[in-house]
This record gives sequence, C-alpha cells and structure tokens, in this order.
Amino acid sequence: MNAFDVLGDPVRRRILELLAGGERPAGDIVATVGGEFGISQPAVSQHLRVLRDSGFTTVRPDGARRLYAVEAAPLREVDAWIEQFRQTWGKNFDRLDQVLAGMKRKGKR
Amino acid sequence: MSTLTMTPISDTEIRATRSFDAPRELVWEAMTSPTYLPQWMLGPDGWTMPVCEADVRPGGAWRYVWRKDDGTEMEMRGSYLEVDPPERFVATESWGEPWPETVNTGVLTEAGGVTTLTLTIRYPSTEARDAAAATGMESGAAISYDRLDAVLARAST
Repeated sequence: MNAFDVLGDPVRRRILELLAGGERPAGDIVATVGGEFGISQPAVSQHLRVLRDSGFTTVRPDGARRLYAVEAAPLREVDAWIEQFRQTWGKNFDRLDQVLAGMKRKGKR
Repeated sequence: MSTLTMTPISDTEIRATRSFDAPRELVWEAMTSPTYLPQWMLGPDGWTMPVCEADVRPGGAWRYVWRKDDGTEMEMRGSYLEVDPPERFVATESWGEPWPETVNTGVLTEAGGVTTLTLTIRYPSTEARDAAAATGMESGAAISYDRLDAVLARAST
C-alpha cells in the first residue's frame, strides 16, 4: 500500500494527527480513535498495522505496552505532491476573494 | 481570509476545499467566465492570462494561455463534461503531452451567504499520479521536518 492509499483513510489520518503530538501507547490510540469513530479494537489495530507496515509509524516495546510514533519520510512524499497544488491554488483563491468582493460592490450600485 | 485545505481522498484523487464570502452565483460566474478568470487564475506572481476561452456547456472546450513577464508561455486546455450552474461542473484538464489528463469536479454549496467550493482532482491512474508526485518531490525537496504538524493538520481535515 503506498502513501496515498494509506492517507486516503480518515481513521489513519486521525491516528497520525494524534501521534503528531508525540509518542503514544497502542491502547491509548485504540481507546481515543475507537471512541471517536465508533469502531472496534481489532479495527483500530488493523489501521495501526497498515501504518506500521507502510512505514508511516514506528513502534517500540515499553514494558507491556507498545509505543507508536510518527515517521516523517512518507508524509513528506505526499506533502510535496500536495504542496504544488497548495501554492498555486492558494494564490489563485486569495485573488478570487478580491474579484468576488469587487463583483459584490458592483452589484450593489 | 478562508483556509484552503487539501488532502488525498483516494489513491488517485486529491480534494481541495475553500470558502468564499459571496453567494454561489457570483462564485460560479467568477470561476467560469472569461471576464473574471484572467483576474485570478494566474498561479505564481509574474504571470498574466492573455488568452481565456471557455465554452461552458457539456462537451464545450476551454483553453487558457498564461504569459510570464519574460515572455514564457504555458497553455492548458480541456473540455467540460458536466455543467450544472451554479452547483457543479466536471471538466478535463491537461498541460498537453506528456502530462496526464485529469478530471476535475467542482461543487459549490452555499450557506448564509458563504459559498464553499469542493474541488476534486482525479488522475487517470496511479502511474499518472506518481509522475505528478515525482515532479512535486523535486520542487518540494526543501520541505523540512518542521512542517510535519501542518501536514498532519491538513491531512486530518
């Protein structure tokens, strides 16, 4: 599964967002994300496995717990792709705001 | 100013969402009329759009030519597949060979005088997407680890 397939899922995006705040135990992720999306523990575990297998997260044992952390490299691949669109469309839409403001003013006259 | 969110929604699609402080009839007109397109759809600074042709009806062709202040020109063209003003359009878009033709779907929804545009860009294949991504990686080589939080914030929207 490649980066785009991995990020195409909202549950996995939410897990990565949680991990952006720092390392977290698997049980904590399962409870938080499972609660938010109303999905079972095995379902969250499956998403964690996808993230791990695709290199988006790392995992290390800490006693009986398994601690997940985010891995930046695959995200950078996706971000570079999105950044192209962001730069172009960000500028375009900022200018469109001005055009629309002008159209609204004319309409009032 | 409203925030632009962009996120991959499947292996071949990227989706942009942006709100505008205007009724959707105005947003539709600004997004489809050659009167207004050259005023905003210009990409990076330093470019103008001297040619803007748009036959906004199903099967109608569109063609934009941009010119940079140093004389460089770029052309993009495509055709409208679906047109349902002021709500929805589907159009193809291509820079020409060897670039892949994408299918872009724009949906406008209005609430309380604010119009939200949801623009979905679909690549014809994962190979085409990868080619575009490879170009993006070259231009984005300087992107640093620091921006990870911002990436995740966007990816989660």
